[in-house]
Amino acid sequence: MERIEVLKTYKIFIGGQFPRTESGRYYPLKLKNNMTVNVSLSSRKDFRNAVVIARGAFSGWSARAAFNRGQILYRIAEMLEGRKEQFLEELKQLGYTAVNAKKEIELSIDRIVYYAGWCDKYQQLNSSVNPVASSHFNFSVPEPMGVVAIMADESSALLGLVSVIAPCIAGGNTCIVLASESKPTCSITFAEVIATSDVPAGVINILTGNRKELHAHFSSHMDVNVIITCNSEKDVNKTVGENASLNVKRVFVWNKNWNIESEQGPHYITDLQEIKTTWHPIENIGISGIKY
Amino acid sequence: MSYDFRNTPTIDQVGIEERVARFNTRSIKKGTKVQALKLALNMIDLTTLEGKDTEGKVKQMCYKAIHPHLALPDLPSTAAVCVYPTMVKTAKDALKGSSVKVAAVSTAFPSGNSTMQIKLLDTKFALDNGADEIDMVISRGEFLKGNYNFVFDEIAAIKELTHKYNARLKVIFETGEISTLDNVRKASDIAIYAGADFIKTSTGKIGVAATMPVTLVMLDAIKDYYFKTGIMVGMKPAGGISTAKGALQYLVMLHETLGNAWLDNKWFRFGASSLANDLILQLEKEARGVYFSKDYISVD
Repeated sequence: MERIEVLKTYKIFIGGQFPRTESGRYYPLKLKNNMTVNVSLSSRKDFRNAVVIARGAFSGWSARAAFNRGQILYRIAEMLEGRKEQFLEELKQLGYTAVNAKKEIELSIDRIVYYAGWCDKYQQLNSSVNPVASSHFNFSVPEPMGVVAIMADESSALLGLVSVIAPCIAGGNTCIVLASESKPTCSITFAEVIATSDVPAGVINILTGNRKELHAHFSSHMDVNVIITCNSEKDVNKTVGENASLNVKRVFVWNKNWNIESEQGPHYITDLQEIKTTWHPIENIGISGIKY
Repeated sequence: MSYDFRNTPTIDQVGIEERVARFNTRSIKKGTKVQALKLALNMIDLTTLEGKDTEGKVKQMCYKAIHPHLALPDLPSTAAVCVYPTMVKTAKDALKGSSVKVAAVSTAFPSGNSTMQIKLLDTKFALDNGADEIDMVISRGEFLKGNYNFVFDEIAAIKELTHKYNARLKVIFETGEISTLDNVRKASDIAIYAGADFIKTSTGKIGVAATMPVTLVMLDAIKDYYFKTGIMVGMKPAGGISTAKGALQYLVMLHETLGNAWLDNKWFRFGASSLANDLILQLEKEARGVYFSKDYISVD
């Protein structure tokens, strides 16, 4: 008897679990092998639930030792490497050529390793001891901004997603990501990678759905600290900018070509950091001869 | 009125759970939701019961009880604050001129493991300092031994004292320790017949606190007593209710079990601390049309 293949239901990823969208809606996505996938069409409420979870996860994640965050990012890369074949196949079904699919997955893995290395290093580069005219030890250090809402690159199935998530969580933020609408399947498989990589539940949440519908909610939620959009849609970006003013969200338009190997760097981490300056009272430092 | 507590009704657990599941499917929107959120806020006994409590913390909480969130000036105050007896005076002073009551836990809260003499002194101390309400705990050990008369007598003794001061008495069962729904029903009947003005689920000091099935059993006991005597008894679920959604589900259950007369903080309370902020969060969302952040709400 011929065996019937067991096909995967692509659901969304919130708080380390894979629920269906609460709205019960979906949109059909035709793959190259003529199969159709029903992809969750996430709603405002899914986003709202994800924000609550991401906020809850923030204090724990940002308080982790930087080195430990690096280890966890590296673990994601390990898991991704092990699932390479699966991603290659999935990318091909989304229309990637074999060459491009290989490049996409390999560059994604390398990019995660790259940011894993930065986890315990960007702080030193961006901290300073500041000269002040009083007996204070005055220093500035970067701190994560909080909950980041991301509308990922529409043209990329995996790399665009990874290139934004990695610097975001490397710096101790938590995030809710809206995956590419036309290439959403890899994002959910990537969620399976995250779920098995020691990333605490809620640090990364991935939704699939319609950007035109969700961007207003992504940008108006008062408990979101940063919004990143990776597409150049004037009307969407305009609304995002306007709504972000409600609670002075930081807005970034990262409309980049992530396929370029050098499209990475510590500035992607530090863009999502606030600088905290501390004035620590001390004895008169002039006596010891040290002048900061 | 005599009542043999060996013959309290047994509880159909499956039936209770199915009934609770149905309460949780009600959809409450817009104006009704706002009204229910405000009602829930008005029913809170804002609580701090920690070893590290200080006068400062209690004063701050009292301010929050009167003005839950200054950005929305039309919000009601909470029903009461709930503190240890040593903090009653501080709370009473801080709440002067407001409608917020002071409830004190007593009788060697939370374990209740002390002598009757000390329990009475503990209660008297709180009352002398001006407590409007007393939250007592029952002796769960005696209850589980089947020593129901002991439990009845201790409640009656404390009631006698609170009655002298014109204070209302809430009786805490610690339902997580008496475990079964049958026991919850029995404890409810004992407390109600011994003169409790309110019956209350939990201390909030152990892992298992208020749940909807337990609360429904207690509401049923209140209903049966009301039909028998015409006397109303209040209900206070406490501990573990921290979301607005959860609070609304309790109110639905209350409304559909006891009716409109109980939809008032004279007859229903939430023992909670973080619930207030979640209610404010949802009320702000209703007022603004966008989801709100706790960054703009006072922490305690």
